[in-house]
Amino acid sequence: MRQQAAIAAKVFIQRDYTNGTVCQFQTKFPFELESRIDKQQFEETVQTLNNLYAEAEKLGSQSYIEGCLACLTAYIIFLCMETHYEKVLKKIAKYIQEQNDKIYAPRGLLLTDPVERGLRVIEVTIFEERGQTR
Amino acid sequence: MKNCEYQQIDPRALSVSPMSAQSGAAEEVRPVQPSRRKWEVFPGKNRFFCDGRIIVARQSGVLPLTLGLIVVTCGLFFAFDFTDPGILPRATPEEAADIEKQIDTSGSSTYRPPPRTKEILINQQVVKLKYCFTCKMFRPPRTSHCSLCDNCVERFDHHCPWVGNCVGKRNYRFFYSFIISLSFLTSFIFGCVVTHITLREYPHNVLKKIKGSWSSKRCTEETGNPYSYNNIITNCCVTLCGPMPPSLIDRRGVVPLSEASPAASATEVELPPFLAKNDSNMCTRSTKDVLERMFRSFYSGALCPPGTPKTARVGVEVSGSTTSSAERSPSAGCSRQHARRPVAAPCPPPFSRSSKKRDSLRSSNPAFRLASPSPSLSRTTLILGEGPDIGVIPIP
Repeated sequence: MRQQAAIAAKVFIQRDYTNGTVCQFQTKFPFELESRIDKQQFEETVQTLNNLYAEAEKLGSQSYIEGCLACLTAYIIFLCMETHYEKVLKKIAKYIQEQNDKIYAPRGLLLTDPVERGLRVIEVTIFEERGQTR
Repeated sequence: MKNCEYQQIDPRALSVSPMSAQSGAAEEVRPVQPSRRKWEVFPGKNRFFCDGRIIVARQSGVLPLTLGLIVVTCGLFFAFDFTDPGILPRATPEEAADIEKQIDTSGSSTYRPPPRTKEILINQQVVKLKYCFTCKMFRPPRTSHCSLCDNCVERFDHHCPWVGNCVGKRNYRFFYSFIISLSFLTSFIFGCVVTHITLREYPHNVLKKIKGSWSSKRCTEETGNPYSYNNIITNCCVTLCGPMPPSLIDRRGVVPLSEASPAASATEVELPPFLAKNDSNMCTRSTKDVLERMFRSFYSGALCPPGTPKTARVGVEVSGSTTSSAERSPSAGCSRQHARRPVAAPCPPPFSRSSKKRDSLRSSNPAFRLASPSPSLSRTTLILGEGPDIGVIPIP
């Protein structure tokens, strides 16, 4: 349950490039959230997101088949078919929605899907607490 | 493709039209044929599509390859030209503010600070990330800002001026495939052009060489072109901008319905004597030309071409008679006897039912081809031989 509250701050979780250009986010716990949420919980969320992105960008037989099939059909197949990446992005959107509903909204936080920010950051909006009791 | 079913020339019918009408009517089993388009009875070897609007040769050659190359190249071009190369959306103000906060800037915001870089470790290697002032973010690795598009593009390769789009992470594969297929297409076209230019420049030489009758290196005909307008500009203008001649074959015209047309062969073309138009006329003309030639050659004492006994055999076979007697005929027997042997009927029914036979006859018997360019010829000859008072043109 999210209250209509003023936005106190926004925290940005930046990308982690230690493994190259693969889409990964830093799991470092931002200090602004210390008072709001468990470090463990947050890190688990970010890790799950990282795993999901890794699955989307995975170089496997499925991605190769998809790529070759697309090439052979002159990429027309993309008009009919959803790519694996898009399917995983949908999964990620659903996951973030769930997390917001179950965990973050009750704590006055909101996770924004990174795809809305160009896969650059995970934006965490911190709402002002107005006497909300947990 | 339906071949033109030639109606044999029955001289009796030519002079006495009611007879032909009667005979035609007698043989007629079916009522008047439904109207057909002329392309359906076209005698040539072309194939028609879209109800006669599109005409192609029987043997398409490498057309599928050419078409395929062109279509694939065009498709890839559109794929890489009109798609997002991997543009990074600009940072929201909050993001920018956050980044600013993270970097300790001692200076005020009134002047632009010096370019900022951030060093990170990628797979144990140090990589510098640059800060983009336009997009207000640290560019991810391999991302570059395109000044023409004013965007940061992921895995930026270059901005292609020919196409007016960047080549980046998302459209690199289309660009690469496009370049490869374009190379194939270019070499293909180059080959075509070289062939055509060679043919154009030295048509006499090339064609003579092909036909094996190469007589002189510099043909005397080359020096003068009787068809030239003696002015290069005029020549070009006439070729490129001259009047466009219309199509003479009237593909989509309707074949005139004929009550005299024998019903057994559904694709028979009506053959009004000497007044036929278009393709039926063509059939008649060509058949008559060959007949005349044969007539002349026979009476000029020309030897029978080696394959002609076969023609007789074939011709007779078509009519359904036994072939054994035909085979017995020696080359000297360019005789009227065989022509006069009672064959099944002068009328088309025998020919119509053997459409497959006819095709095989045409394809498998070179002698037949030599002797007669059209399947009707042998039948024609037969019929003529049968005519009692007609000047016999036997099968040579």
